[in-house]
Amino acid sequence: MQGRGLNIALTLYVGLVFVFIFSPIVFSLIFSFNSQRFPTIPLGGFSTEWYVKILNDPDVWQAVRNSVIVSSSTAAIATVLGFCTAYSDFRYNFRFKGPYLALILLPPTIPLIIMALAMLAWLSRLGLSGQLWSIILAHSVLTAPFAMAIIRLRLHQMDPDLEAAAWNLGGSEWQAMRHVIVPFCAPAIVSSLCLTAAVSFDEFAVAWFVSGLNKTVPIVILEIVQGNIDPQVNAIGTFVFLTSMTLVILAQLIFISRQIKSHS
Amino acid sequence: MSARRKIDFYALTWRLPIIVWQLVFFVGPVLFMVALSFFLVKNYRMTEAFEFVNWQRMLTRGFFWDSYWYTLFIASLSGTIAMSVAFPAAWALAFRASDTLRRWAVFLLIIPFFTSYLVRTFSWYVILAESGVLNAMLGYIGLGPFRMLNSHFGTVVGYLTLTLPLAVILQTVTMANIDKTLIEAARNLGCKPLATIWRVVLPLSKTGFIVAALFCFILAFGDFVAPFYLGGSQEPTLPILILDTTKSGQQWPRAAVVAIMMMLTLFTVAFTAIALAYRKPKGVR
Repeated sequence: MQGRGLNIALTLYVGLVFVFIFSPIVFSLIFSFNSQRFPTIPLGGFSTEWYVKILNDPDVWQAVRNSVIVSSSTAAIATVLGFCTAYSDFRYNFRFKGPYLALILLPPTIPLIIMALAMLAWLSRLGLSGQLWSIILAHSVLTAPFAMAIIRLRLHQMDPDLEAAAWNLGGSEWQAMRHVIVPFCAPAIVSSLCLTAAVSFDEFAVAWFVSGLNKTVPIVILEIVQGNIDPQVNAIGTFVFLTSMTLVILAQLIFISRQIKSHS
Repeated sequence: MSARRKIDFYALTWRLPIIVWQLVFFVGPVLFMVALSFFLVKNYRMTEAFEFVNWQRMLTRGFFWDSYWYTLFIASLSGTIAMSVAFPAAWALAFRASDTLRRWAVFLLIIPFFTSYLVRTFSWYVILAESGVLNAMLGYIGLGPFRMLNSHFGTVVGYLTLTLPLAVILQTVTMANIDKTLIEAARNLGCKPLATIWRVVLPLSKTGFIVAALFCFILAFGDFVAPFYLGGSQEPTLPILILDTTKSGQQWPRAAVVAIMMMLTLFTVAFTAIALAYRKPKGVR
């Protein structure tokens, strides 16, 4: 192909695609420090007004507390469920294994709005809706597949003979689990905790339906957006972005650094 | 096999939790939603029943079908756009970029998935508004202002925010995994560049591409945020219909009808797509 010209055109094109994907994130960051009530260009002056406003809003603080409770509990439950399933899949072959795996892997393929309605109807039938832990129950179903995937990937790198060796050395199955499998999976378990927490922290559709009056951070955003143009959203958004990114990067660092170590 | 098998408690400890949990909190809700679609609402109270009233009400109304076809249309359109826009970029990343650059690109493209979709939508709202960023920029070169919000354009931009990163990632990974020698062979045998894409690259990445397109469709089909905030919801999509019926009307059974229709549609589309993805091309043994 006509090398130079095509390469320049392609580079520009890839650049444009990235601009499209990242402009909402970048503009939200910029506008969170912008003094205008209706942000546009040319930019107004630099201002931390919106940050001061959300820091002084007790509703926002309550939402942050709720979000922390929900995402950390969700992460714990989803990771335990994911670990059990990943280990079962790794160690055993059994009848109905296909449906068994489908059971955990299916939820993310169903649109959230449908899960939201189904969860709301079911949980209120059981008298479990409108609570903070209603969100936790629902989110654990949605995030368990991610936990399972990460831990299964790690188990895939393990030599199955390692467990058998522990038994031969006189360890029981439980001891082998405690001293061989769990330590081997530790980095994946931490990554899974971070990633499931990040997913739960951002989810709003299901949370909004089942939470009743208990607002998490995304629900507060949703309610502000429904009202008017309010640059507070950008300030909250920046905070949410930093939280999620910290979790994701932490997960990556822990998982990848261990993978490199285990290969060398 | 012996008739009396010892129960393996160790195995069950790991196998059972997810079965119990998903039966109660996943299969339960979905099945209950199906049952719900046959319940009755009398005096704002739901009563358990087995009547086809809700199905009849929804499926004989014009507004439901208008919404149904519109959702199907706009989700397919945005899926097609996402796949087409992503292709040149993914092709460049797969065949022209170094391994390091490609890995960085994919890592960067994962970031949006962990960024609040609501905040990004709000950001688009500000960018696309009548006196927003884009119109201000266009104003400098003497164009516009254009009306971009409350239109199909707004809805599609919102959907693309959700699906474009995924389309680029999946296409890039798919094409990067193609055996490069096959492409060289085609070139050596005199195949022109565009023909190489059409006759070698695309057939080899068919499965990956169909899966990518399917995901784009599913995401757009089930999203209520983009059509609501950027599209102005004058033409409500099915998710908006569910939202309105559930949140304002207490008409959960009717919302369940809409939700089940959506799931049936998704199943049909998914099965067709997967069948296509794994079908052997004609003439290949």
